[in-house]
Amino acid sequence: MSPRSARRRSGVGRLPSLLIVLGCLGLALFVVPLAGLLGRVPWSDLPELLTSDVVTDALRLSLIASVSATAISLVVGVPLAWLLARVEFWGRSLVRGIVTLPLVLPPVVGGAALLFALGRRGLVGEPIGELTGLLLPFSTWGVIVATTFVAMPFLVITVEGALRNMDLRFEGAAATLGAKRWTVMRRVTMPMIAPSLVAGLVLTWARAFGEFGATVTFAGNLQGRTQTLPLAVFVALESERDTAVAISLLMVVVSLVVLIALKDRWWKAL
Amino acid sequence: MEGAVAPSGLEVDLTIRRSDLFQLRLDLVIPAGTTVALLGPNGAGKSTAVAAIAGLLPIDAGLITLNGVVLDDPRSDVFVPADERSVGVVFQDYLLFPHLSVLENVAFGLRTRRMPREQALARTRNWLERLGLGSLERRKPGDLSGGQAQRVALARALVTEPDLLLLDEPLSALDVTTRTELRHTLAEHLDAFAGPRLLITHDPTEAFLLGDDIHVIENGAVTQSGTADDIRLRPRTQYAADLAGANLISGTASAGRVDTGSQTVRIADDEINGAVLLTIHPTAISIHNDRIGGSPRNSWRTTVERVELLGTRVRLRTGQPLQLTVELTEAARAEMALTTGSTVWVAVKATEIGVQADHVETGADDRAVDAVPGPTA
Repeated sequence: MSPRSARRRSGVGRLPSLLIVLGCLGLALFVVPLAGLLGRVPWSDLPELLTSDVVTDALRLSLIASVSATAISLVVGVPLAWLLARVEFWGRSLVRGIVTLPLVLPPVVGGAALLFALGRRGLVGEPIGELTGLLLPFSTWGVIVATTFVAMPFLVITVEGALRNMDLRFEGAAATLGAKRWTVMRRVTMPMIAPSLVAGLVLTWARAFGEFGATVTFAGNLQGRTQTLPLAVFVALESERDTAVAISLLMVVVSLVVLIALKDRWWKAL
Repeated sequence: MEGAVAPSGLEVDLTIRRSDLFQLRLDLVIPAGTTVALLGPNGAGKSTAVAAIAGLLPIDAGLITLNGVVLDDPRSDVFVPADERSVGVVFQDYLLFPHLSVLENVAFGLRTRRMPREQALARTRNWLERLGLGSLERRKPGDLSGGQAQRVALARALVTEPDLLLLDEPLSALDVTTRTELRHTLAEHLDAFAGPRLLITHDPTEAFLLGDDIHVIENGAVTQSGTADDIRLRPRTQYAADLAGANLISGTASAGRVDTGSQTVRIADDEINGAVLLTIHPTAISIHNDRIGGSPRNSWRTTVERVELLGTRVRLRTGQPLQLTVELTEAARAEMALTTGSTVWVAVKATEIGVQADHVETGADDRAVDAVPGPTA
């Protein structure tokens, strides 16, 4: 194809080579580490490594924690997003800031804060412990709480944005057709923001699946109880490098499968 | 209930303050079987009126009753919300639910009112057939043409058999051909609907053809009410005159003469005195190269300020002493070689000038007078 016809086809002139070079450089930053990882994979030992107790325990825990965090986010995060998007109240900007804080806060700081609040001697943890005997730190529940803390903001901001952008007149139209508030929510609002909701849930799950800092700080690192895949990688790096590489590969594969399964329309909804 | 409340029909007397700058005042009575058209430019407050009557926006003062039942009365703190009113609405842009099929959209209002599924679907299909939409029931709104979407919206509003029908710019999203076609469909269904109907539009043709009564609304207030002929032949504001294509002039009448401030105009009625509004249709004015005598004609010399070609017809704007829009054939214009800047004689028969007293009406007359002096609105 001659440059002339290329220009005609794109309508805005030739592809600028500088952009291509810089874009490829950006891509390299993601591809090279992946290649490095793949280069170190002990392919023949892989089945054995991945079926070890450490790995299966961590995988089970990671799946439980990430799916639970996503489910909790759905149950409490969507109503929170709705309140932020639809109800005007004093201090709304402050609330929105607090909700999105975990996005920028180092997860270790989040974990420490959770420990001060929900730990054995914590602000809320102590009365809860005395009343129910439930101790969040160093338990699987603690992993779920820490993971939810870090991941839920992804769902809240995605859904809030969608609720803000939605044309409110559709809800009015539903009301004139006899729909009560709850019916409007169920049959009109939620279906209309469904693409954003799905995108938000997947992002939340992906963030939860990879959570490390808050979990290790708040819940510790006990195999079978609080040691998720990222924690297992960190431990294995010290002593059994092959196991670390195998777990890393597992996480890359699981995450990629989910992210690629996100259809274009859901990316658009972000 | 005290007072004379019509047994069937809509009565609206409302004030809504949207901001310090905008307030809507509306006083309407729509008997059952009657179509009232609310005609006005964008931003006049028409959609606010729809929201208030549909129950999506509480009024600040006044009273809304439908068939004698109070829907909104701030004084006694009564407000029936939208989902409890029996009002069918065809919204501007239709607002069909994009995720539901045509069938589900139309059945929506029946299902929310707990009609059993089979019965709701049967009734929905019946309405879809009636509107020629039978083959489209599986389609999503995104796959419909404008005309089809409009009919789906109409079916959705009518299927619940509401007590009142509200139509907010029902045809404005359509192209010209479809609009003409659907205007007939709409007229049929309006006629078939037994309750009161309120049509909101900015299109005078729509209002004139579909409305039994027309209220012209500008800046949040009704500036003129009447039949299509009242508005067309005796417009009271510049906006209404522009809609009708007429010239509107204010002045003071005395013994068959009206002083407009810059010109004295003879009129046929020599009984009327005081403030008057004159209407002169563009085709009632003739243009000549020389002065013409005889008969009770008004005639004065002026210049052509603007020439506008409209196919075989031409619209001229004449200058001082009295700015008028004049319509003539292109042939006549060519024969007189009229162009911008030509000096001409304008003539109007006194009998061709509509005269109405500029008295206070519906409390909105201050707006009417405000709107008059400017030659262009």
